[in-house]
Amino acid sequence: MNKVKSLVLAGLLAFAPTLAMNGPALAQDNAAVAAPAAGNEAAAADSAGNAAAPAADAAPAAKVAAPPRMKPTPGIGMPMPGEITLQKQFSPTGHTARWLHDVMLVPIITIISIFVLVLMLYVMVRFRRSANPTPSKTSHNTVIEVIWTVVPVVILLAIAVPSIGLLADQYKPAPKDALTVKVTGYQWYWGYEYPDNGIPEFVSNMLPKDKAEANGEPYLLAPDNRLVLPVGRPIKLIITGADVIHSFAVPSLWVKMDAVPGRLNEKSFTIEKPGVYYGQCSELCGARHGFMPIAIEALEPAQFDQWLLSQGGTLKAAAPAATAEAAAPAAAPAAKL
Amino acid sequence: MTTITADHHGDHAHEHHDADHKPAFFQRWFMSTNHKDIGTLYLIFAIIAGIIGGAISGLMRAELAQPGIQYLQTWAQFSDGPEATLDQAYHLWNVLITAHGLIMVFFMVMPAMIGGFGNWFVPIMIGAPDMAFPRMNNISFWLLIPAFVLLLGSTFVPGGTGNGAGTGWTVYAPLSTSGSAGPAVDMAILSLHIAGASSILGAINFITTILNMRAPGMTLHKMPLFVWSVLVTAFLLLLALPVLAAAITMLLTDRNFGTTFYDAAGGGDPELYQHLFWFFGHPEVYIMILPGFGIISQIVSTFSRKPVFGYLGMAYAMVAIGVVGFVVWAHHMFTTGMSVNVKMYFTAATMVIAVPTGIKIFSWIATIWGGSISYKTPMVWALGFIFLFTVGGVTGVVLANGGVDDVLHDTYYVVAHFHYVLSLGAVFGLFAGFYYWFPKMSGRMYNEFLGHLHFWVFFVGVNMLFFPMHFLGLSGMPRRYPDYPEAFAYWNKVASHGYEIMAAGMLIFFVNLVWSLVAGKKAEGNPWGEGATTLEWTLSSPPPFHQFETLPVID
Repeated sequence: MNKVKSLVLAGLLAFAPTLAMNGPALAQDNAAVAAPAAGNEAAAADSAGNAAAPAADAAPAAKVAAPPRMKPTPGIGMPMPGEITLQKQFSPTGHTARWLHDVMLVPIITIISIFVLVLMLYVMVRFRRSANPTPSKTSHNTVIEVIWTVVPVVILLAIAVPSIGLLADQYKPAPKDALTVKVTGYQWYWGYEYPDNGIPEFVSNMLPKDKAEANGEPYLLAPDNRLVLPVGRPIKLIITGADVIHSFAVPSLWVKMDAVPGRLNEKSFTIEKPGVYYGQCSELCGARHGFMPIAIEALEPAQFDQWLLSQGGTLKAAAPAATAEAAAPAAAPAAKL
Repeated sequence: MTTITADHHGDHAHEHHDADHKPAFFQRWFMSTNHKDIGTLYLIFAIIAGIIGGAISGLMRAELAQPGIQYLQTWAQFSDGPEATLDQAYHLWNVLITAHGLIMVFFMVMPAMIGGFGNWFVPIMIGAPDMAFPRMNNISFWLLIPAFVLLLGSTFVPGGTGNGAGTGWTVYAPLSTSGSAGPAVDMAILSLHIAGASSILGAINFITTILNMRAPGMTLHKMPLFVWSVLVTAFLLLLALPVLAAAITMLLTDRNFGTTFYDAAGGGDPELYQHLFWFFGHPEVYIMILPGFGIISQIVSTFSRKPVFGYLGMAYAMVAIGVVGFVVWAHHMFTTGMSVNVKMYFTAATMVIAVPTGIKIFSWIATIWGGSISYKTPMVWALGFIFLFTVGGVTGVVLANGGVDDVLHDTYYVVAHFHYVLSLGAVFGLFAGFYYWFPKMSGRMYNEFLGHLHFWVFFVGVNMLFFPMHFLGLSGMPRRYPDYPEAFAYWNKVASHGYEIMAAGMLIFFVNLVWSLVAGKKAEGNPWGEGATTLEWTLSSPPPFHQFETLPVID
């Protein structure tokens, strides 16, 4: 059944421009999928691949034009060739977590590894048979055994304190006015729904190679419809899976949460800068596990409102004053460090 | 541990003709009740499984050497017929990762460590004539054959999108239930059941043997550390495997009889499976590495000509790792949506394991300190083990942080971590043990030059193969992907070249193995000199068919 469904979806995606003409008819069969093409004139003409995001449905209410599809910036929100460290972070918890990793963990583990290596090289040279023909018979030394038990404990405590603090920050419940988006993982695409703003679910499929390249986007990371979110405002994703377990992951925002069927997982975060942030499904979910990418397009609040309206949504939850207040505590953890 | 002076040498001469009476070929190898023969069978089995599992990883590295799908569709024609679709090719990828994981864990490392070296040397090291239950030992081994055949056979029957079980070695529901129609996953589950039963029987056998059959004077605190490691491992097997059996039995009933243990629609929960699986799965990783710890302790002591430093600390560090290993399982599940307090607990508990592990690393170095080292092949592998296991261990401390794991979970960083502790840890332990005991088991010396060459080529290869995976994981490459964005191309290419070097190292190993078996110099009873103090070195090489008909007395 799932297979048939995804085949239909793939087919629809391929013929999106054609569908624009008879969109309404097909919309009855699969409103969510037909939507991208039926959205607005500009999007339809541009093919589904270039729409910033789809209209909710073919409702005539969509008078506002969607903001143009944002171009990704190389090196932002995506991996870089030959990279040897974490992606640049664009959320407050991302900064805290990256600080813990880069400033505490990596130096500590590097020092420990080098310390062990140096000790080993020393004993290997100093106590080779030709240099030390008669072995000692020492097999106990209580002091040194206590030292190498206690020192690791102290190091671990030093790691554990900020680590536990990081967890507390990351999983602080979202403030009341956070923007709620429901994310659903399907085999093998994502669905996004904005219940606060009356935008029903639309789906996000991977762009085929030629389309991605034509768009100037990285193949295998770029989907047709992005998850559009505002900058500076707390976001609460409600994440679930429709068939098997998927995992919604965006490395540059330090977000990874499993999409488990029958469970509503919550993940809250704030995006600091406008941009396109790519991610990939991170829990084995079947054949096309590697081919259901994620892209978040973060817009300035005004543009985001424009986008909501263009999709036929309402601005119900968008109170700018409350937003600023709510964003402040979320940003605090980073400041603390 | 103690220097053992056994006084059975006098008796040995007149028992000789009885001790060496071997049954005929079929009876000896197919109906064997002799712990050494069963150990040999286990080792042969593990080598065959290792070749298959290693070849599968070669297929995977070939496909991943560059972005795009290069070979999968061609290979899919072999498993799914000439008209294999792209989706079937992608499914084949999942079948490969599943098979590689299950084969290496259940059919290579475990049979080699516990079945092979455990069977061969635990009875000898404690001065026992054989295992406590020789016939059960036989069935433990022979259960592995149908288990392996079931797993390999599952590749040729439908498993959802294509042929074979494509669920990952973790077999998570609901991908393994509603997500994989067809008998492949049932066959894989049954394979795990049978392999699990084999291991449980083996564990009972080892516990009984070690607790009841030690030679006079061999107290628990005088046992060689390898025996301690197998004892702890056997308890882990005994306690963890029944949980796996329960978990996968529920998978079977969910799949075939309409139960809903793991289906929220019927009141179940997919997360329940993960909790049960990892309650088994985490102790399982210690099951794979603890016997390696034991082997390394013996070797380091032998070639430094010094007793193990801090013997009691070493033994109880393994006990501590075993106990704590049972209460850290959910660090494999940091992104499943557990409550934040639970994550905090599992973060802290996981870090605790670094303490006994650190004790072991430092005690090994202290054992060498003041010693008189001879760089024979087993010692070189043991030194490689100590350093690479440290590197794998410290990345475990990074992953233990629930907050950091949010970005690293299910990426290549995790793949790098567990290959450093298993492929560079457990496997280095296996090679160290193999070279150490090869003269004892075969009666012939291996070739020292080829042994060193094998080490260096393999060492360079595996580091080049697995170290870049840290970088891939940090920059975000998820696991279990047959294709990846252009940005990940460089380190994947390096890793695939690393595989080629590693494979060349393996060729050297097999050349050495064959050459040594055919033309190796005859080995003395104790080829390692005064550092080798455990009981196996008091026997001839190879040992008589039945040893210790008069029990040795330990003082």
